[in-house]
Amino acid sequence: MTYFNVTSLVLGFAFLYLPIALLVIYSFNDSRLVSVWGGFSTRWYRELWQNEALLEAAWVTVRVALVSSTAATVLGTMAALALVRFGRFRGRTLFAGLVYAPLVMPEVILGLSLLLLFVAVGLDRGFWTVTLAHISFTMCFVAVVVQSRLVTFDRSLEEAAMDLGATPLRTFYSVTLPIIFPAVAAGWLLAFTLSLDDLVLASFTTGPGATTLPMRIYSQVRLGVTPEINAVSTIFIAAVTLIVIAASLAMKRQFVAERNGART
Amino acid sequence: MPDPQTRIRGRGVVVLVPYLWLVAFFLVPFLIVARISLSDDVLAQPPYAPLLDWSAGLGGLRDFISGLDFENYAFVSSDSLYLQSYLQSVWIAALSTLLLMIVGFPIAYGMTRAPRSWRPLLLMLVILPFWTSFLIRVYAWMGILSREGLLNQALIGAGILDEPLDILATNAAVILGIVYSYLPFMVLPLYAALDRLDESLLEAAADLGAPPVRSFWLVTFPLARPGLIAGALLCFIPAVGEFVIPDLLGGSDTLMIGRMLWTEFFSNRSWSIAATIAVLLLIVLVVPMAIYQNVQARSLERRG
Repeated sequence: MTYFNVTSLVLGFAFLYLPIALLVIYSFNDSRLVSVWGGFSTRWYRELWQNEALLEAAWVTVRVALVSSTAATVLGTMAALALVRFGRFRGRTLFAGLVYAPLVMPEVILGLSLLLLFVAVGLDRGFWTVTLAHISFTMCFVAVVVQSRLVTFDRSLEEAAMDLGATPLRTFYSVTLPIIFPAVAAGWLLAFTLSLDDLVLASFTTGPGATTLPMRIYSQVRLGVTPEINAVSTIFIAAVTLIVIAASLAMKRQFVAERNGART
Repeated sequence: MPDPQTRIRGRGVVVLVPYLWLVAFFLVPFLIVARISLSDDVLAQPPYAPLLDWSAGLGGLRDFISGLDFENYAFVSSDSLYLQSYLQSVWIAALSTLLLMIVGFPIAYGMTRAPRSWRPLLLMLVILPFWTSFLIRVYAWMGILSREGLLNQALIGAGILDEPLDILATNAAVILGIVYSYLPFMVLPLYAALDRLDESLLEAAADLGAPPVRSFWLVTFPLARPGLIAGALLCFIPAVGEFVIPDLLGGSDTLMIGRMLWTEFFSNRSWSIAATIAVLLLIVLVVPMAIYQNVQARSLERRG
């Protein structure tokens, strides 16, 4: 590695991580002034536990994320199978477009259009409308993740199972699913964190009693930087980081076990 | 072999369920948006003129068609504020995408030149910020860029500045925010493209007497181009309609179209103007989105 490569990596990662590191450090600041260091303290974390509205919003967010990411994983995996396995069925171009477009579509457009749909069909806005919006948005991400695993998949395994008389459903459960499982799990995790994090879709499609955590954070953040929000953010970042690291370690272990199993 | 009839039915379900879901939750809503952009606001709940009145039969259809007008489009195009915000959105997104390429390329290149055993860790480090909250990462910059923020303190402390700079609430802050938030989207496709670069090609170029700059332009760059295009589209398209970044880091004069849509909807409660802005934003993005679609399809075929 040349000096140039090392420098660009060091600077690049410093740029990516320094802002988050500063936010975490200042969440332990005793002073209410965000730019003055007043000594180490965990008082903002303690105050969070008294903030009923925030806790309520966090609970709504977790529930939405659990339900929506699970449904999105099922739908997204089906969409990936349809795209990779079924060749050129009628309407495939439109289908592929509908899967890829939401990945880059500005969220304000998705949010507005889903809200207008819910109003047009007379659905009461609240927990379920936010969940439906998140399923629709995140299933496309799941589809892309699972699809990238499916294209590198050795199809002769499926064909062998079919030749031995397994039904397509049985083949899927005992051959395809175990092989693509890491991608399905990664897709679920991605859908879960996208749902946890979403502000725009939730703001458009929510109703009374279904305020999510990002919406609460946003309404306070607009008024300026506060140590409480730094504390919430730190907990949020820590939780997501732990989940992602644990998941990738688990996947790595499974991968190593599989490889060793194959060798013996 | 299983009964071909059940096979076909099973395949039908696997395609139809996600297909119908996407049609119901993406295609139909866009048609409703287009419809509402052609209707008038009314002081009611919901605040726009009703959709097609089915109970009135053919008469309802006639009323529906005669009720359509381009008033909202005329209004939006006559107000220079909207035109300005379209131009500014495209300009800010384009400039940010260019900066993302300049910042992202050396990082992706450095990653592919790192020892093989480090690469999974480096890849993980690029992906991790993408998993953590977007909103929080934008918020982190508010504390750094504000007048009494950490950046100004550091610059004054180091004796570089005498007076704090106003960085927050400017377009520069918005561009910085976009570059920061979208960096993984630029680095990952670039890394994937550069990872396929065969070292021996560069050696061959060097053996034939090409200086490093020349072999970069003749070998590395053309190979990286698909990744560069994918990354640029992945950043540019959502950046044009970005709401959170201009709202938190931009000033009152940062007119970006996503923010205008949000204001029309939530503050002015004008649903039909918001829908009109959405339709016009989609029209601006149709060409880049079609290219993106094409790139995606081709990369899938190449791997498949």
